[in-house]
Amino acid sequence: MGARMVPFAGWDMPVQYTGIVDEHKAVRQSVGVFDISHMGQFIVSGPGAAAFLNRVLTNNITKLQPGQGQYTLLLNGLGGVIDDLIAYRTSEREFYLVVNAARIDADWAHLETQLNKDDEVMMANASDFTAGLAIQGPQARAVAAAVFGSDNSFPEHNTILVTMTDNGPMWLCGTGYTGEEGFEFFMPMETAETWFRKIVDAVKVAGGMPCGLGARDTLRLEMGYPLNGNDLSEGRTPLQAGLGFFVDLDKGDFTGREALVAQKAAGLPDKLAAFRMTGAAPPPRPHYPVAFAGEIIGEVCSGTQSPSLGAGIGMAYVPLNAATIGSTLEIEIRGRRFPAEVVKKPFYRKPSV
Amino acid sequence: MSNVPEQLRYRDSHEWIDPTQSPSPVGITDHAQAELTDVVFVDPPKVGTQVSAGQQVCVIESVKAASDIYAPVAGEIVAINEALTGDPGLLNRDPYAGGWIFKIQPSTPAEFEALMDAAAYGKHIA
Repeated sequence: MGARMVPFAGWDMPVQYTGIVDEHKAVRQSVGVFDISHMGQFIVSGPGAAAFLNRVLTNNITKLQPGQGQYTLLLNGLGGVIDDLIAYRTSEREFYLVVNAARIDADWAHLETQLNKDDEVMMANASDFTAGLAIQGPQARAVAAAVFGSDNSFPEHNTILVTMTDNGPMWLCGTGYTGEEGFEFFMPMETAETWFRKIVDAVKVAGGMPCGLGARDTLRLEMGYPLNGNDLSEGRTPLQAGLGFFVDLDKGDFTGREALVAQKAAGLPDKLAAFRMTGAAPPPRPHYPVAFAGEIIGEVCSGTQSPSLGAGIGMAYVPLNAATIGSTLEIEIRGRRFPAEVVKKPFYRKPSV
Repeated sequence: MSNVPEQLRYRDSHEWIDPTQSPSPVGITDHAQAELTDVVFVDPPKVGTQVSAGQQVCVIESVKAASDIYAPVAGEIVAINEALTGDPGLLNRDPYAGGWIFKIQPSTPAEFEALMDAAAYGKHIA
């Protein structure tokens, strides 16, 4: 497909096919398809699965009915983020976890240390033999109808459909990483090629195109979604990352809870702030120094030129007094400082129709 | 296929220079703009700067990455393309004409001989 490939978490990944901006706009305006085979999938089952997951994840998993999913976080004992993931309840006693590629081994190792002999839980790591596609954009429903038939249900937001087909099983998840309607589609590796061709053809018919990791990054950053490794790390808590909504401190004990309660009581040392460049400036990029009131106070975690806004956008951990909406930061780019304003997330809002 | 005009000379880092003009405009090749895609910012050099051949003189930014631009020959930067400030996409749309980045007054015109001609550059990017 004329992709430009880069190594990423042990996979050769397409960074772009036709160009980041064209692909980005396709997802905002029609539809795009991303190869997300690098992502990890764990299946956690057994009579104790829900209790176990509620003990290791931040969100309240007992709120999920079979067929529903939620964004949640896996923390270390100090409240630091090991990974952010989506947990789907596929049945009363089975869960399907979709985790970040670069964290598969760390997540698995951590889950094993948290598991007790009498938990009545079975864990399976399906990552190595699972392929995946993300179909994202206003035309995603049309693509699903073209590929699976118009009488088949579409996975609504935060739901999962597990279906057996002539091509083997498939997991259709009503999630994405772009802020557009869409779904993520996981399948056994050996059936992937057949599905990939059908999906890519349907995407092209719907006016869309294959998209690479470059557009995936600009799309998620326009929504202010964090990227593990850039914006999330084991050294900071989800409260600092602004993800308190996905942390249920009242559900009972879970790994990292004590640290979060203590941090909440003591006050956050810093916070992930969203900023937008206010004038003509080079795009902010990860690790560029960030200044406030003349002093360097941190560095850019995620940063790019927003194709939708035509301006540089980014996120950085800054002290609370610098994190208020409207405050002025400076981003140091090749020795020169360019002004930026702290703004509310998301950076991009869909024009109302 | 990339467009590689006959009258220009090329560096292996994908800058072109026009030796038939004085001062000589410098830009990036069609191949380079296609690789970078979506140029969003040009950080131009300062007019009056003396540069040596192969010296890094400015930076162009695409959505994907920042790329250094090197002087093909030694000389003085005598002009910069102001149009790129408001419309950096000119580098993508018109790399050999409207998308020139700066003009250089060569101090050692013999240095043109060290650069690639169109045939050699065509092979370089093949």
